Amino acid sequence: MTREEPETRGEDMMIDAPKFTNPKPRIENPDEFNVHYLRIYYGKLFPYTDIHKWLSYGHDGKHPGCDEFYFGRREFSFTLENDVYLRYKSFKNASAMEDAIKVNFPYKIDIGAVYSVDPDKRHAYAQSGTNVFTPVERELVFDIDITDYDDVRYCCSGADVCSKCWPLMTVAIKVIDTSLREDFGFKHILWVFSGRRGVHCWVCDVKARRLTNEQRSAVAEYFRVYKGNENNARKVALMGHSLHPFLARSYVDFLKDFFEGELQANQSIFSSKEKYEKILEMISDEDIQLELREKWENAARSSLSEEATSLARWEQLKNTLYSKKQKAPSLRMCVEEIVFTFTYPRIDLEVSKQMNHLLKAPFCVHPKTGRVCVPIDPNNCDEFDPLAVPTLSQLIEEINSGGSKMDVDDDDVPDSDTSLLGKSIKFFRSSFLEPLLKSCKEEIESSYKSKIGKSKDSFSW
Amino acid sequence: MEVIRSQKRTASNDAASIPTLPLYFTAPPMEVRLEEFELFAIDRLRVLKGVSDGLARGKNPKEMDDLVSTLWKEHMRHSDVSEMLNKDIISHFVLRLVYCRSDELKKWFLSMETALFRHRFRLQNFEAQRATVGEFGLQYKAVTGAELESLKEKLGQVVRSLGQISPTIETIYYKVPFEEVPDLVAGRRVFIQKGNAFVAGSQLVSLVVTQFRSHISKALILTNRKWTTTIREREKDRLTPIVEGLSSSYLGPDYSQSNEYADISLKDIDQVAKSSFPLCMRHLFEKLREDHHLKHGGRMQLGLFLKGVGLKLEDALAFWRAEFTKKVGSEKFDKEYAYSIRHNYGKEGKRTDYTPYACQKIISSAPGVGDHHGCPYRHFSDDNLRAALGRMGLSSRGMEDVMDKVRNKHYQLACTMTFEAVYGTTCDAGINHPNQYFEESQKILKPKTPTAPV
Repeated sequence: MTREEPETRGEDMMIDAPKFTNPKPRIENPDEFNVHYLRIYYGKLFPYTDIHKWLSYGHDGKHPGCDEFYFGRREFSFTLENDVYLRYKSFKNASAMEDAIKVNFPYKIDIGAVYSVDPDKRHAYAQSGTNVFTPVERELVFDIDITDYDDVRYCCSGADVCSKCWPLMTVAIKVIDTSLREDFGFKHILWVFSGRRGVHCWVCDVKARRLTNEQRSAVAEYFRVYKGNENNARKVALMGHSLHPFLARSYVDFLKDFFEGELQANQSIFSSKEKYEKILEMISDEDIQLELREKWENAARSSLSEEATSLARWEQLKNTLYSKKQKAPSLRMCVEEIVFTFTYPRIDLEVSKQMNHLLKAPFCVHPKTGRVCVPIDPNNCDEFDPLAVPTLSQLIEEINSGGSKMDVDDDDVPDSDTSLLGKSIKFFRSSFLEPLLKSCKEEIESSYKSKIGKSKDSFSW
Repeated sequence: MEVIRSQKRTASNDAASIPTLPLYFTAPPMEVRLEEFELFAIDRLRVLKGVSDGLARGKNPKEMDDLVSTLWKEHMRHSDVSEMLNKDIISHFVLRLVYCRSDELKKWFLSMETALFRHRFRLQNFEAQRATVGEFGLQYKAVTGAELESLKEKLGQVVRSLGQISPTIETIYYKVPFEEVPDLVAGRRVFIQKGNAFVAGSQLVSLVVTQFRSHISKALILTNRKWTTTIREREKDRLTPIVEGLSSSYLGPDYSQSNEYADISLKDIDQVAKSSFPLCMRHLFEKLREDHHLKHGGRMQLGLFLKGVGLKLEDALAFWRAEFTKKVGSEKFDKEYAYSIRHNYGKEGKRTDYTPYACQKIISSAPGVGDHHGCPYRHFSDDNLRAALGRMGLSSRGMEDVMDKVRNKHYQLACTMTFEAVYGTTCDAGINHPNQYFEESQKILKPKTPTAPV
């Protein structure tokens, strides 16, 4: 997680006045990201109207059932140059939000919960009995970061990401997205590139927004399989006599093929002693470990490629384990455990569990890479390349060369396929925003009707 | 719920067409006669105590179902169904008042009421169970027929993933929004599809019980608040004494086995008597030291108390012998007194291991001439009592409070107040057994130090 993490917990970190803690700006990639470019981005490219439409969830004031103050009760936070952090910002409409962003030029914008009252006015309510300042709605969110997979990727570590390990994110998206739709019945799901090395997921159905912390925790735990740290070798323990249907589907539809295909090809997880020892440790039976270790240590130098060797060893391991699985309950699903360890999504549980947790807004620019946090299409996520995401400098370049086409006066950012950002905006609108708003309007309509109906009944004699 | 004196009860709840288990969400708007207030509560308490015993004896769920059925029939039955329901509800709410007053009481009540609810739920037929579940406002729909068939494989997988080797599913499943069963979702203990969780019948019981427990737990906290702020004071002459007396009735250990605090040795006994004995036992002890004799009632009351406090048989014999032989001689002691001491410890005759007397028994005893047993708060004259309390170290202010309780015949409360005054602490549970007084006192005087090896 990024350095903002401590401030996102609890409401006691209320730093409203700007503090100049660090005069030297820490920009790693000044060619890709700098304040000047950022200003232009916020001036011409950031999709204020789209964000406002999304977060208003249909409460645009056009229907009597609308809550015109809904948007104004949403918390935002800004991280400014010099690490200054401003929480509990709220805006009564799109232009107020736009003005604030154009004044502050935040390096990062986070979106928080919708509260019972304006975050701005929270001090008037904090302690009293009935009218408390408390979150009332918040998307169900997930954060997957590739650094959480460092123990199973050999190409990169830390902040780096490449085409060999990014597929771990791809398979994570597939597993989680499928489950959110099939198991939980959610429909309005937005996946966003975090700008450097991970993905965020925003579940925006009204049912999701109204989940309590306990229910969010339940969903997060439902997704949790990996329970690892340095102290245990067997980080995935699948008990019972079969996999739960969710895990079985994930295994059969996504994980198994990914492990035996792309993962092996990219990572060759059995090709060296150091690598295969890690896997042998996951087998709880010492004799089997010994048997395999001997086979592989004494293998003659073969002409096989790393990948082929790796695959061959995997076959051997599988055969050995399948034949010996009666030996002990912990061996029953050892093969699956190994596959899950390497491939199953590792979400950051804390992000999902609490309503007041803040998460970076889509279409922000990542300060370290200069890349825009663009949406990812879960149905085409195999094609997403984090290294091909438009950077600030590319966008600025495009503006300069494109000339008048970009210098448009209207509210909406153009979504033509010809511009770098246009494709993303178009996708955001057509696959996510429009269906969402349609459903929101229906929801507002129907709950208004039922309210009217109820009050009509109460007047009946 | 309004409590009135000897008046005919007005309209009670309509019995529902399917009798459901009451969930005790609100006190019903009815009038209750004062006598019924106490009697109903006592009957329910008998049921709860029975449940407690059953659990302590390790009965399995089916045995507990049978036990609860028997207990309920025995104590809570009424020929008129609506009367039975009224008694159920009234007794529960009265006991809430009684058992909200300390953490220990709350814990016991919550456990027993939840267990009672669990087994009464299990005893209901399918229809009634569904009705009960509906009363919690949870949306459960039974899954049957074709839909159940189509899900069989997935449900079987869940069953196997939870450790069962065969994929036989239960006969009844419920379709429930996943939000209502977070525990089951978190543990991947249910199959979910399009936002619905498929909950097995056996899982339903624990769900409903969880809901019930949480609701009663919260209610107890609210009741306690109301009790301490308004009810206790407002009802101090009418309901409060009943409430405070009820918790002593059937609850509590019988002190036939001493615990870690209560290993006293003969050399310490005088000191311990002064510091930790309740007034009744202190008096007996002092009289014994003074007269070197106690009559039968006193020997029983003090002797059993000392047993509960941890005095071993050999030590007890030595103790009584040491005193009595100062007056009667050792042969007579062996012939006439040793036998009954051994009898108390279950070593003679029908070998019953007698339990030390609780306050109720002591208060209701009738000490005659030359007797020193009984309850000083009841059996002493005012002057004698004041003198005794003075010797315990009470201030005149403290004494007045205690005497006030005595005047109103609240003897155990008087003893409790004495305890509080002597040790400078509150005793929310109230004294209902001399050995309890002793143990509580020891807890205060000897906090948390490990006992020396015997």
